[in-house]
Amino acid sequence: MVETVSDLVMEIPCRAPQIKLLASLLGEDECPLPSSIFMYGHSGTGKTLVTTAVLERLGVLTSHVNCIEFYNSRVMYETILNQLSGTVPTSNNNYSSYASCDNLGDFVGHIRNIGSKTKQRMAIVLEHSERLRDCDANILPVLCRLQELTRDVNIVVIFLSTLPIDKFRAATGFLEPIVIHFPQYTKDELVEILMRQRPPRYSEEFYKNYINLVLSVFYLATKGFPELQHQVQLNFKAYCEPVEKGDAEEYDIRRLWRNIEPHLKKAMSSVYLREVSSAQYERMQQLTETAPQDVALVKAGLTSKMELPFYSKFLLIAAYLASYNPARTDKRYFMKHHGKQRNTKAKIKAKERSSSQLVGPKPFPLDRLLAIFYSIVDDKVTPTANVFSQISTLVTLRLVTQVGGDDQLDAPKYKCAVPLDFIRSVARMVSFDIVRYLYDYS
Amino acid sequence: MGLKRQKSPVRSDPDLMKEVQKQLRLNLRLWGTTKEAGKRLKSLYSEEAQHLKDLMTRTLTLGESNSALVLAARGMGKSSLVNTVIEKLEASGTLGEGVVVRLSGLLQTDDRLALKEITCQLKLENATANKVFGSFAENLAFLLESLRCGSKETSKPVIFILDEFDLFCHHRNQTLLYNLFDVAQSAQAPICVLGLTCRLDVIELLEKRVKSRFSHRQIHLFPEDKFDPHYLNIFEQLLELPDSFPSKDFSRKWNSDVAVLLKDSEVIQVLKRLHNTTKDVRALKTLLLLCVSQLSSDQPQMTGHMFMRAQSLFASEAKTNMLQGISVLQLCLIIAMKHLTTIYEGEPFNFEMVFHEYRKFSRQRSTMQSFERPVVFKAFDQLKCLELVRSVDNNRGTQREYQLVQLMMTPLQVTEALGQLPGIPTDIQQWAASSLG
Repeated sequence: MVETVSDLVMEIPCRAPQIKLLASLLGEDECPLPSSIFMYGHSGTGKTLVTTAVLERLGVLTSHVNCIEFYNSRVMYETILNQLSGTVPTSNNNYSSYASCDNLGDFVGHIRNIGSKTKQRMAIVLEHSERLRDCDANILPVLCRLQELTRDVNIVVIFLSTLPIDKFRAATGFLEPIVIHFPQYTKDELVEILMRQRPPRYSEEFYKNYINLVLSVFYLATKGFPELQHQVQLNFKAYCEPVEKGDAEEYDIRRLWRNIEPHLKKAMSSVYLREVSSAQYERMQQLTETAPQDVALVKAGLTSKMELPFYSKFLLIAAYLASYNPARTDKRYFMKHHGKQRNTKAKIKAKERSSSQLVGPKPFPLDRLLAIFYSIVDDKVTPTANVFSQISTLVTLRLVTQVGGDDQLDAPKYKCAVPLDFIRSVARMVSFDIVRYLYDYS
Repeated sequence: MGLKRQKSPVRSDPDLMKEVQKQLRLNLRLWGTTKEAGKRLKSLYSEEAQHLKDLMTRTLTLGESNSALVLAARGMGKSSLVNTVIEKLEASGTLGEGVVVRLSGLLQTDDRLALKEITCQLKLENATANKVFGSFAENLAFLLESLRCGSKETSKPVIFILDEFDLFCHHRNQTLLYNLFDVAQSAQAPICVLGLTCRLDVIELLEKRVKSRFSHRQIHLFPEDKFDPHYLNIFEQLLELPDSFPSKDFSRKWNSDVAVLLKDSEVIQVLKRLHNTTKDVRALKTLLLLCVSQLSSDQPQMTGHMFMRAQSLFASEAKTNMLQGISVLQLCLIIAMKHLTTIYEGEPFNFEMVFHEYRKFSRQRSTMQSFERPVVFKAFDQLKCLELVRSVDNNRGTQREYQLVQLMMTPLQVTEALGQLPGIPTDIQQWAASSLG
């Protein structure tokens, strides 16, 4: 066992304590297994990797399932039983599984049967086990004490989760599993792991510098390994470009940094947020000259792709004004003759405190929406069926939401569900100065 | 003895160590009993064991019907006590013809399943090859009929053990419980119904008619909470190698080593700390398993150091651990939320407010680069996924920026956790400490 574990430690970097702990807990062949183990840590800290590798090396018969896949518990039971018994549903056996099993009692019974047949040690690995909380209440306690319930089948249940175990406890409690924590990689460890993917053409130092540059931009925003790895892979081409063209040498760090920095910043605001897919981004890298405008275009396209009819635009603007302005200021903004108002200091302060940009949109009645709409549209609009149907279209497009009142006819209330940037671009299209009418900004 | 100790090398035989690991793990198996543990439990709860034994003996020999509840906290040894008593009865031959039916509230989640299980375990005629025919009503009628037509003389006594008894109380109409207690009450086949539960108010869960048929015999198992002889005895027993161990010399040496271990100040300190948090023996077993797994042929002896290591694994704070893995930006958001919670006295807040707070900080005081709004929103979303932040009402209609959320930590916890995290930039630390936000 010692050899296999030390092999693994070499293979999987920076996870030595966890590998050793897990391997020693599981013990060597024929050792009784602990009844359940709970492993938690952020995503991308190697929980699955370590578990599967250790179980494989120790020769434990493993069933590995992901709890996201199961829309009901029956599917989960049957999958686990299939994997443990080695049944594969194929055309030969008419796609039948090991046994049909739709409750925990049967499940435990079948596990007992399998256990008495194979003399091997068994393990059930449950990925994303936080989903188990949404299943029946008794699944978790049963899995935690599966060994006891199956009466001496040598089986261990391993839970993998991104949440700590405190979030799992409920009702009268359960047999507490052994908890193993997978800490997030430190910066040095990240560099070490990322170094493993160095393309052989470039020197170690060159690649290390590059990784450090990427980390200096992204590390503050995310520590997650998968994201960082993705960014490192994505931007490497752009980083090498000056070297390939002969503009810079490999050791000319400052020039390389000046070259890559805008790229990384751009990646942060586009690929990191997945506003641009990585394929698109790579294509953009190839057309380096036009790249900055492209990003702007794609971003603009996303936010204002929606092409609305003329009156719908005004309806939306009216809805925005209605939900972000207090009703008492309507008179001032939308009527021709209103008394002048002075901004006192106290008023400004009060405004700041309850700024509706912070609190969110307020619901408004349909009448108010129409009143504002008529006041901001210059020409005469007859309240035809068309106008009203446009309002309900806005609701189905999720630009406006209906709150409360399932009654369609009798005074429904609405809320505008559109951010300020969006409404600004809409207002610009119809050349309407929205900021002048917004209470928070005037 | 002394001579032998000198002889034994520091590196010990790997095969022997394998055997030791196996034996110790059997001792420590997180549930259940070895013979020794059973004996200890019986001596600990001697009165209760006697009571249980009397009850069952009377059912078995005299044909009396009984019912009782065993109440105790988790990990106190309810199941093991009942099991030992039954084993004892079996060994002494009193059990004889009697049948033991074991049900668990976790597995038999409704009466139909429970009935199926009972018919299977009683091996009734219509249960062939693990298959039970007929509907629930037929089954129940059949079962009751076969119980009813029996009498003291003609039928075998049956002992029903209902594990997680409180879950049986949630079944519809409590039909199964009603019928079982009813049979126990009236002169029919002799049965003994034993409920095991960790809920002390389980009687209140019973319906009136069920409650009136229950004998109200309750057996409480309280933990003996003396640290010195009692807890340490358990400790010793769990680590002892039994007489059946193949290498006698080694086991003798090992057992004396364990006795020596009890005088180690480090070990005592670790054990005391655990004892102060919980008296649950299973927690002790977990701790010991963590120690035992550190044994290897290089290190064939238990040391105080192992206990310290096991304790640090055992008692690490999950929230701090999780905070350790989040990025600086997310940490900033947590601090902003902490300020919002203190300023508005626990009122829920939304992303806009958090972002406003964060921007105030990053613009005025920080040397750190300030992030764009979508990047911050992504960080905020990740905090939600980690359930450090929870939304107050699940309102689908509102925009996600305006959904009201709450921080799942108290401001004090945040401050404490921040104190333990290494490498936080100074300006963020100062911001966290400042009360004005």
